[in-house]
Amino acid sequence: MLEIRGLRANAGEKEILKGIDLTVNAGEVHAVMGPNGSGKSTLAQVLAGHPAYEVTSGEVLYEGKDLLDMDPEVRAQAGVFLAFQYPVEIPGISNAYFLRAAYNEIRKSKGLEEVDSMDFLDLLEDKLRLVEWGPEIMSRAVNSGFSGGEKKRNEILQMAVLEPKLAILDETDSGLDIDALRIVAGGVNALRRPENATIIVTHYQRLLNYIVPDQVHVLCGGRIVKSGGKDLALELEAKGYEWLEQEVGAAS
Amino acid sequence: MVGAGGRGGLVSDAYLQEFGVRSGTATADGPEWLEPLRRAAIDRFAATGFPTSRDEEWRFTPVAPIAQGRWRQAAGSRQTITRGELAPFIFGHPEWTTLVFVDGAYSEGLSSIGALSKGVRVGSLSEALRNNGPGLEKHLARHAPVDASPFTALSTAFMRDGGFVYVPANTDLTSPIHLIFVATADAGGTVSHPRNLVVVGAGSRASIIESYVTVAEGTGYWTNAVTELVAGPNSWIEHTRIQRESESAHHVGLTQVEQERDSHYRSFSLAMGGALARHNLTARLNGENVETLMYGLYLTRGDQVADNHTAIHHNQPNCRSWEVYKGVLDGRSRAVFNGKVFVKPEAQKTDAKQTNRNLLLSDTAKVNTKPQLEIFADDVKCTHGATVGRLDDVALFYARSRGVPADKAQLLLTYAFAAEVTSEVVLEPVREELERLVRERLGAL
Repeated sequence: MLEIRGLRANAGEKEILKGIDLTVNAGEVHAVMGPNGSGKSTLAQVLAGHPAYEVTSGEVLYEGKDLLDMDPEVRAQAGVFLAFQYPVEIPGISNAYFLRAAYNEIRKSKGLEEVDSMDFLDLLEDKLRLVEWGPEIMSRAVNSGFSGGEKKRNEILQMAVLEPKLAILDETDSGLDIDALRIVAGGVNALRRPENATIIVTHYQRLLNYIVPDQVHVLCGGRIVKSGGKDLALELEAKGYEWLEQEVGAAS
Repeated sequence: MVGAGGRGGLVSDAYLQEFGVRSGTATADGPEWLEPLRRAAIDRFAATGFPTSRDEEWRFTPVAPIAQGRWRQAAGSRQTITRGELAPFIFGHPEWTTLVFVDGAYSEGLSSIGALSKGVRVGSLSEALRNNGPGLEKHLARHAPVDASPFTALSTAFMRDGGFVYVPANTDLTSPIHLIFVATADAGGTVSHPRNLVVVGAGSRASIIESYVTVAEGTGYWTNAVTELVAGPNSWIEHTRIQRESESAHHVGLTQVEQERDSHYRSFSLAMGGALARHNLTARLNGENVETLMYGLYLTRGDQVADNHTAIHHNQPNCRSWEVYKGVLDGRSRAVFNGKVFVKPEAQKTDAKQTNRNLLLSDTAKVNTKPQLEIFADDVKCTHGATVGRLDDVALFYARSRGVPADKAQLLLTYAFAAEVTSEVVLEPVREELERLVRERLGAL
């Protein structure tokens, strides 16, 4: 589904990603872990098309197509979804209005008819249940005044409605209490399909107790320095990132 | 003494002559007590003339097109407009009381008075002047000071018609009262002076809407509107002002609000019409525990100039004022915002917050924003902030990452910027109408 080859990217003058290679197949869950500043959030944002980053070399193929050549909205319409680490507050428009606008744009891109607000509310019912919310959240302004946990739940709600093929969760577990973590993880698990894939970007192992990854990659200094099975996450949790940083330092 | 010598020069003289003609004829309508007020007002205007950019209050506001124009006094439309022509400006429910003024004169045929609670008086000012309506002598031209603005002086000198609303004590005005001022093609080259008086008694509740509209876009005229509003003790008032004059017209408006103890006054001002549009909104908090909320939105394009001057006078302790004005500017348009908050020495425990935020959609739009706090009490909480900027890149990316194309994401976020302030309007049909107008103007989703 996703093939990343030799991906390098800058933020301004600074090179953050220094050659990433990663292949994600349909049905898989990949965890990308690493210390602060390793570039893992940059990787997530580059995949979604964040304008703050400039790709300097490498390529990313999504379902065989050049992902980097697509505008962010085209990526979304093609099924790529980024759950933001810091979801944006949009005072002035309701959660329902925003999400229906997005949903309809994606439908339009597929040649489907737009849904009106009544039909959309029906469709929302199941999705809201997934994140254990009532309908009242939909009349609040997008993320405006939401707690950290509510913002993350809202990202999962958007994901549930937009039904992406490739979901990228950027630090979705950060700032969550244990209940919110359970709800968020439950949502992600419920949305797993054999034809979809998930990339979980996280600093901590604890989300991976709930969402079990097929592969774990460790990002350090803009490169993937180690890949392994789910046990690698436990090892990192036990030993910390210093262990790997030293190992990588010694090898280079 | 009325005559030459005012610094306004020849053009001002035209108003003085007009006033002389007026007072010698039957059109000098109104009760006796009003005449000295009119005369004092025209004398004041004779002394000052029109303001210029040398006047601090008018520094960024080019009033020359008004001052140099030869405006005839509007005298109503020769042929009345149809209900169909008026329909685009009507909203809410059919039973709402609607007073319609065409080219400055009350139109009984287009107006409709709904069911009113006992003691409530709603009608045209011209009629109230003939009948010396309740509260008229006590309040009309007693609050909006003629020495604060030459335009107010002209209004007091020449006022003929407008809305008159009197709500006695302990009365809930169940549905809003909508005052609609329509300019037709006949308004070309004229000035009208809509003059409104709203008196809300103790413990009463009212919603008032003023709309300034045109059925003849492209017509050049001048509206010089003044509204005086008195909020009695423990009253609750929502006041909405919708200004969508012809974009070739000039609009100068002043709203003067007097608040007694425990009253709640909330204002929403939408400005989207006019070549030059100026609105002064002044609230005087004359009792304790008063709450004043001022919300505003201006949407400008082309060469429009939208100017909002607000003043909040904290004269007594334990009052709260909260102000948010926002602007969306396109083309070569320009906005002026000046927000003054005065806190008197005795107004301890004042809580005042003022915000002005501007969104520029073009490189050539400009904003002059100036918050002004003058605080003479020591135990107060007063803050202000002003911003001028563009849409946030990260927010745009957020919307695009959800599948919304770039141009629509811009519209969505621009609409959201504006809707954040319209959402403060309590009365749902009014809020929906404001949202509709914003969407229509921006071309939003």
